[in-house]
Amino acid sequence: MIAYIVFLMLPIYWLINMSLKTNQEILSTFSLWPQQLSFENYRLIFTDSSWYNGYINSIIYVLMNTVISLTVALPAAYAFSRYRFIGDKHLFFWLLSNRMAPPAVFALPFFQLYSSVGLFDTHIAVALAHTLFNVPLAVWILEGFMRGVPREIDETAYIDGYGFFGFFRKIFMPLIASGVGVAAFFCFMFSWVELLLSRTLTSIEAKSIAATMTRTVSASGLDWGVLAAAGVLTIVPGALVIYFVRNHIAKGFALGRV
Amino acid sequence: MKKTINQKAWFMVLPVLLLVSFSAIVPLMTVVNYSVQDTFGNNEFFWVGLEWFEEVLHSERIHQALLRQSLFTGIILAIEIPLGIFIALNMPKEKGLWTSVCLVLIALPLLIPWNVVGTIWQVFSRIDIGLLGHSLQALGFDYNYTQDADAAWFTIILMDVWHWTSLVVLLCYAGLQSIPAAYYQAAEIDQASSWSVFRYIELPKIKGVLIIAILLRFMDSFMIYTEPFVVTGGGPGNATTFLSIDLVKMAIGQFDLGPAAAFSLIYFLVIMLISWVFYTAMIRDEEQ
Repeated sequence: MIAYIVFLMLPIYWLINMSLKTNQEILSTFSLWPQQLSFENYRLIFTDSSWYNGYINSIIYVLMNTVISLTVALPAAYAFSRYRFIGDKHLFFWLLSNRMAPPAVFALPFFQLYSSVGLFDTHIAVALAHTLFNVPLAVWILEGFMRGVPREIDETAYIDGYGFFGFFRKIFMPLIASGVGVAAFFCFMFSWVELLLSRTLTSIEAKSIAATMTRTVSASGLDWGVLAAAGVLTIVPGALVIYFVRNHIAKGFALGRV
Repeated sequence: MKKTINQKAWFMVLPVLLLVSFSAIVPLMTVVNYSVQDTFGNNEFFWVGLEWFEEVLHSERIHQALLRQSLFTGIILAIEIPLGIFIALNMPKEKGLWTSVCLVLIALPLLIPWNVVGTIWQVFSRIDIGLLGHSLQALGFDYNYTQDADAAWFTIILMDVWHWTSLVVLLCYAGLQSIPAAYYQAAEIDQASSWSVFRYIELPKIKGVLIIAILLRFMDSFMIYTEPFVVTGGGPGNATTFLSIDLVKMAIGQFDLGPAAAFSLIYFLVIMLISWVFYTAMIRDEEQ
């Protein structure tokens, strides 16, 4: 157990270690910890707009994507968990099949589609593109959680005179709150970590941090220190999000199915 | 749960349907279009039928990429699934601070952007500045992932294990949590060995989540692009050029749209076919 955690942490430690060194130190000496602490790399990122804008852009489209995905996934998941209708199983698998589509297949058509409707290089384009794999996942997770809520609750609410929307907002949502949290977490996660589509669909205005990183590598040679610092900073939002959902994480990873 | 038949439920699915159609069917049809046409530029396309499909199916280069891809997916599944189960079994039993710390640390690699995962391993295994590369050299291994194909494979597989075993661990952990304590007590009374506890109590209980884990790991490893791209760029030579990398090279690098599109469709179909098998198994497991 401990050995596994050490194995997980070692590469991350190395990244942090490098981010606190100057470039010269990285390349000249080999040491397990920085000889002289240097926050120069971090200072550069926080003062250079092309760097910190990357973070802002990423966060914007990730949040947009999470909101869009959850809004459309909620009613659909409810329908799948409660009703049987023509083609329901096929539809469900078709949705899932989008999760299986390699983003590489979609990169080029997306580029053309969004260019032709004038959305290229906007946050919404990336957010919409990411719904391709996030919506199916959100539907899947929410369906699992909703299935755990007994039907009788729905029926009692209707007898008590709630309309559908009143019921959904006042009674059903609180019951599946943890499911919504977990689904949001997953949307956040997969949208945050994706590179290929976000890089293809943006150039300047909405450039994501991931794209900024890969381009900097190729443009200015190898500025290892800054690269490492940027990497460390991309881990921070993820770590924060995990901290908030840590109690639901296990159930969430099982997609509400245990 | 018994479901009622209600065709109006379609209306609730409609928003998803519209959105996913926009972001899935439209691009997919573009791909289908390319796959049966050829162009000499100027946006003039003409019909070539199934020519591209034939070319792709007979292409040595794609066979090689498919072979590498299958080998890679096979290896990582063979490592990650047993390792994940093993770690999940060794998670601390009682709930407490230590369990939370373990969960957060284990989940951490999953939330690192994929290109950063690539970057981390790139710097971690470089022989001049990386801890892993440097140590292996110091121990006398001839390790240089930019030149040696075996070393490149080793790095990529180690990276994937590092990155994704956590997913299997968390899924199995969730499955194990759902086993009532009474089962273990009964096993103790029967003096069951730890192997039979695992074989007859734990394994059947985590079967459902295990199928999800295999399904997700299969799909994602079969589509892997970013991490090997950042670490090795598909090299040395073509040693780590997996399907997605090859596809992007073909479509965006060489702009061979026709073959790339045909390749995409075949690629997508292969993934769907195998996933469908897992999915059916999963549904059957749930209905029992």
